[in-house]
Amino acid sequence: MQNISMTINGKPVSGDVEGRTLLVEFLRNDLHLTGTHVGCDTSQCGACAIHVNGIIVKSCTMFAADADGALVDTIEGQANADGSLNKIQQAFQDHHGLQCGFCTPGMVMAAADLLKNNPTPTEAEVRHHLDGNICRCTGYHNIIKAIMAASGQDVSAIAAE
Amino acid sequence: MPKDSGIGTSPKRREDIRFLTGNGKYTDDINLTGQSYAAFVRSDVAHGKINSIDTSAAENMAGVLAVFTGEDFADVGGNPAGWLINSRDGEPMKEPKRPVLAHGKVRHVGDAYAAVIAETAAQAQNAVDAINADITELPAIVDMATALASGSFVHDEIETNQCFDWGWIEDNRAATDAAIRSAPHVTTLSLVNNRLVPNAMESRASTADYDPGTGDYTLYTTSQNPHLTRLLICAFVLGIPENKLRVVSPDVGGGFGSKIYHYGEEALVLAAAKKLCRPVKWTASRSESFLTDAHGRDHVTKIELACEKDGTFIAFRTDTMANVGAYLSNFSTVTPTFLHGTLMAGNYTVPNVYVNVKAVFTNTAPVDAYRGAGRPEATYSLERVIDKCARELALDPIELRRKNFIKPDQFPYASAAGLEYDAGNYDALFDKLEEIVDFGGFKARRAESEKGGKLRGLGINSYIEACGIAPSNLVGILGARVGLYDAATVRVNATGNISVMVGAHSHGQGHATVFPQVVSEMLGVEENSIEIVHGDTSKIPFGMGSYGSRSLAVCGSAVVRATEKIINKATKIAAHMLEASESDIDFKDGKFSVSGTDKSVAFGEVAFKAYVPHDYPHDELEPGLEETAFYDPANFTYPSGAYACEVEVDPETGQVTVESFTAVDDFGNVINPMIVTGQVHGGIGQGIGQALLENCTYDENGQLLSASYMDYAMPRASDLPFYTVDHSCVTPCTHNPLGVKGCGEAGAIGSPPTIVNAVVDALHSGGHTHVTHIDMPVSPARVWSAINS
Repeated sequence: MQNISMTINGKPVSGDVEGRTLLVEFLRNDLHLTGTHVGCDTSQCGACAIHVNGIIVKSCTMFAADADGALVDTIEGQANADGSLNKIQQAFQDHHGLQCGFCTPGMVMAAADLLKNNPTPTEAEVRHHLDGNICRCTGYHNIIKAIMAASGQDVSAIAAE
Repeated sequence: MPKDSGIGTSPKRREDIRFLTGNGKYTDDINLTGQSYAAFVRSDVAHGKINSIDTSAAENMAGVLAVFTGEDFADVGGNPAGWLINSRDGEPMKEPKRPVLAHGKVRHVGDAYAAVIAETAAQAQNAVDAINADITELPAIVDMATALASGSFVHDEIETNQCFDWGWIEDNRAATDAAIRSAPHVTTLSLVNNRLVPNAMESRASTADYDPGTGDYTLYTTSQNPHLTRLLICAFVLGIPENKLRVVSPDVGGGFGSKIYHYGEEALVLAAAKKLCRPVKWTASRSESFLTDAHGRDHVTKIELACEKDGTFIAFRTDTMANVGAYLSNFSTVTPTFLHGTLMAGNYTVPNVYVNVKAVFTNTAPVDAYRGAGRPEATYSLERVIDKCARELALDPIELRRKNFIKPDQFPYASAAGLEYDAGNYDALFDKLEEIVDFGGFKARRAESEKGGKLRGLGINSYIEACGIAPSNLVGILGARVGLYDAATVRVNATGNISVMVGAHSHGQGHATVFPQVVSEMLGVEENSIEIVHGDTSKIPFGMGSYGSRSLAVCGSAVVRATEKIINKATKIAAHMLEASESDIDFKDGKFSVSGTDKSVAFGEVAFKAYVPHDYPHDELEPGLEETAFYDPANFTYPSGAYACEVEVDPETGQVTVESFTAVDDFGNVINPMIVTGQVHGGIGQGIGQALLENCTYDENGQLLSASYMDYAMPRASDLPFYTVDHSCVTPCTHNPLGVKGCGEAGAIGSPPTIVNAVVDALHSGGHTHVTHIDMPVSPARVWSAINS
């Protein structure tokens, strides 16, 4: 067992982990931050996407011990300080960009990463950026629309509702 | 002025807030004090005889609390099929026992034959690796045709691999055969409806708790229908009294059919929790989901279409082999039969239809209802052969369909496949499609594609589905072992807010938002004061859950009926309060008033009176304001649609890209257009996935080749276009109070043939007229091979 510390959503945390403990396991099982989900075991689905030191990471692909000392952001820390939805989260609700909600945390984290680096992405760029995030409910239409809307682009021409 | 709330509006989904902030509560998010962990030992061979299982090493490992094998469950019941299907000769289907854990034989890769319970998940997994089973591998039975001819059997005790040989409608067989023999034109097509893995993004998970003091069990599980799961566990498998088992399905991360069914892991954790008097938790890995979730589709079909030279349909005849896998899952026998064969008349006035389905056991995972369930298979067969027929007769594919459509004045219409369609207007759907899609500009778009070296194809399609599953009287005659009503309780609380307990289960469909729109419209109270309660058998009335696009058509109807009862009782209370005759009370916009006067009381005042019944006529009225209704539909509902898409094919690589996709659907009345549109989007995404990408494949040894997201091509954002969706063509359902039909499966039903029709059209435009069909998924390799064959 190894004692590790990190800052998650601005708060310092620490815990004892085995060498094989994945970062997502540490978040979910030790810290009860269950908003980060596990949808596969091959690092394909993106439901566990978080930010580590400002870089998007699939938290099933990183050992908790490797995040010792890191700044970690998860879905639980994305809302505005007053608890209201941030711009991306609000766009997902406004444009019905989620159904069952399981892939949603990863989608929001991926969208935040995209918009940080590319503030006004094209449709093709949004779709390409989400290749590591699988959704089975929505057919992606409203997810793409929501992310483009969150970037401030006019999405009214993209089919109704 | 447009409405801003209630039926027909699109309020934002209230459940989104918790999903967007990480506050959803899925089964694996639930942790119980003192919980232990289950892990399963799964067969790595497709077919084998279990000679012995040595669990001694595992039992002595650190943290291990218990080990179970199939022997421990030899005396409990099997997990049953929900429908009894009789073969053409009247013989009942073969129904071998599906045990909690495999016993005697393993029958597919992933078949669990032992389980370990340990203090931690890692310890349980370590112990799984230490279990030593002596299993003699037997030849795997994988291919359906081979299985039917084979002398070795998946289930030795039934001495056949054929579950049933079903004819629909058997009395129509001779007439259909004769019609085809004498028809001026017959189009024949052999096709495969490719096997799919459901892949709900939340894998299955079950956590059981047992209270030794009361003998009560609680099961948290990823179910689309907690009461059905409870019924199966209690009445068939473990024999727990129903009133001692509470099943909770909290937030569920997608189902698509795969979470309708009861699986052995649920029974195992319950039995283990009782034995250990501790909670037992199990969460499937994605690999386990690939291996053990009930798969979908997997039909091999030959279809014949007989018609006049002018294209007037005379007969459809299909021969289908349907894979049911190694065991009968709960809906596995109804899916290829009554959810498939009864739709084989499509939207058409064809007089003769005959369907033969042979269900086949193989050494593969069970196959069951998935996202459309039988109806995608029916639509695909029909609409592909119709497209081929149009090409053979040089008829316009839209005109050929229009020529044979049931016309609006023919409803109710008794189809040749045994259903009575209550309402529809298929020409109007194509009118709308032609209005939205610029068919006139297609030639120019094709020319533009050709300039870039690509072939462009236009595919069109129509479909009908039977939803709102299902009228109990009818399905009982057809072999169902359950009723398919649903139920709702509307509880008006003393302070005027309302709890609505529903039997339907929302795993993405937005019930928490939609059902309040209905109740709000009826009672004239704010939507936000109405809360939906679902997914907990201790809180909700006995309903049958969500699948078959039934939530609104069946459970929504129960909500309407219960709300009507609320209005009736509240009217009596209001009459008392207003000292008026009940017949003089009008209820409008949340207010009870005495007609012809200015005397009125608000709904909230009536609710308060119901719970604070001072000055109350107790001899005439009970206190309280809570009503329950069960609703059993009179018929299926029949959504229909007209779809079009354009694809580009790169003849050098065989790559197909979807350039545009338009879906025009008639769902009857629409309660929340935003959510309906989203449901169609998702279905189209699945349909394009099936048509172009997804393929569940076993090798000849029964090893699952497509067992991860590296091998199974899930549609990604970059594989799909934006869709154009319209549901403005409305013929309301005639037999439910909301006039709704259901929208959850339409996209997945209507889109696969649209895509394949378009690909074939593209290839013909490039002179590859020898290509009349390509099986799904229409992968680059298949397209390239077809072009170059």
